[in-house]
Amino acid sequence: MRLKFENFTLRAVGFLLAAFLVFPVLALFVASAPRELLLGLQHPLVWPALRLSLLTTTTTTLVVVFLGTPLAWSLAQSKRKGIQFIETLLQLPLVIPPSVAGIAMLLAFGNRGLLSALLHPAGNSLAFTTTAVIMAQVFVSAPLFIQSASSAFRRIDAKLVVVAQTFGALPWSVFFRVALPLALPGLAAGAAVSWSRALGEFGATLMFAGNLEGKTQTLPLAIYTAFTSDIRAAQAISIILVLVAFALLLLMRVFMKKAERKFDGMP
Amino acid sequence: MKRNPSVLVGCLYKITLCAALLIGSNCTCQKSTPSAQQDKLVVFAAASLREAFNAMGEQFRSTHPNVELTFHFSGTQELRTQIEHGASADIFASADLRQMDKLAQQGHVLPPVIFTQNKLAVVVAKESAPHIQKLSDLPSASRIAVGVPEVPIGQYTLQLLGRMGAEFQTRIEAKVVSREFNAKQILAKVRLGEAQAGFVYRTDALSAPELAVVEIPDKLNPVVKYPMAVIRNTSHSQLAQAWVDFVLSEAGQSILEDAGFMPLETKHPIGH
Repeated sequence: MRLKFENFTLRAVGFLLAAFLVFPVLALFVASAPRELLLGLQHPLVWPALRLSLLTTTTTTLVVVFLGTPLAWSLAQSKRKGIQFIETLLQLPLVIPPSVAGIAMLLAFGNRGLLSALLHPAGNSLAFTTTAVIMAQVFVSAPLFIQSASSAFRRIDAKLVVVAQTFGALPWSVFFRVALPLALPGLAAGAAVSWSRALGEFGATLMFAGNLEGKTQTLPLAIYTAFTSDIRAAQAISIILVLVAFALLLLMRVFMKKAERKFDGMP
Repeated sequence: MKRNPSVLVGCLYKITLCAALLIGSNCTCQKSTPSAQQDKLVVFAAASLREAFNAMGEQFRSTHPNVELTFHFSGTQELRTQIEHGASADIFASADLRQMDKLAQQGHVLPPVIFTQNKLAVVVAKESAPHIQKLSDLPSASRIAVGVPEVPIGQYTLQLLGRMGAEFQTRIEAKVVSREFNAKQILAKVRLGEAQAGFVYRTDALSAPELAVVEIPDKLNPVVKYPMAVIRNTSHSQLAQAWVDFVLSEAGQSILEDAGFMPLETKHPIGH
């Protein structure tokens, strides 16, 4: 009896948070007639923004995975003392507000930024370019991937690496033939969350890359632009964003389940 | 004796839960006391009013020491949407007549009054100032920041460019690198040197002495009228009216003029 009651209470308390998280997303879908939403989809901001968002977030994810995997591997392998400090430093972009990230990017890469003489001596800074959008996205999303990837590498049985090394495997083949396949599900999960974070990036993009249709106006910026005149259109674009993000996360989950099963089945 | 740490965590969890419930029930009690509400005034104001209203706020607080005066500055469009969705504001000061008209038609606000005027100016980053000295030099800039057409500063800029002729307008539009959500953001982009020039309000230009200003001839420059209204369902209507009166008073008007706003000839209600 008591067992049942306690279980029920735990679930009821948990349900509160679940309801709080799901309800606003539901409201997004329910709060207007389908006809209005279809009209919203025809808003001229929608398609260029969707195209730009897919282009930039794909590029961002490729950059993050390509550069982040070796970094995560080095972090996971390192036994040095300062490693905790370095990892904390690399996680910082996750917790600083987007506006701070925007200012930091401007101060580093902007027209009068620290690297201005190096990056753009002619004075035409990266700001207001699609490259700036990608840079802002990499800045805020890479830490998620690094976190997930390095913990995936750490979970690998150290003995396997030692065995490979005893058989004369060089660092590259240990990395590519042992570590990488074993950590793959973790890497994929990291790539998925990092991708969805890039898709939602708003603040740093607005401050560093500006807001121009087809060039720097990603879906979140298009939503904000539409919000200033027509909340229905903003809602319609929001729904697209939610659907794209949801599909992405679901796809990754399914993929990971499959990958895990494959590894579980291995001798 | 060994203790299981999870027991401790569980205890803490229960305590937190109880405390949260207690605080929750407390809060609802406090909210219902009416005396706390009477002395609060929330003013929603267009971003371009920030300096002037902050200065006015200081004077208002000295004459109304028991009042908790809060400002919320943002783009006019954004504020309007928030008011439509029931944001708890007492006053709305808009940089755009149309936004106010829409709120008035929907019955969200009491009849508005025009309380000040502004006009546009072009700010130029100091590196580009030698090349851009008059309006006709502007197409030689390579990076111009404007407002999105949906917000007042964007609309007024379109109006101005329309008056300068279609050819000039296309040449400027080709150089636009970003459409920002309010005048302050445009100003920030020029101050940082990211944009070479930007269309802002005259008052913004005056607030940034390090920037060069290109004057716009009066016959081309749109007159920007600022309407203000009391929100209809406010529970502090007397206090709200006191704020409106203060803004329209000589003291209020002189603060606005100090910030670069243009004086009103007469205090005219909207209706003309």
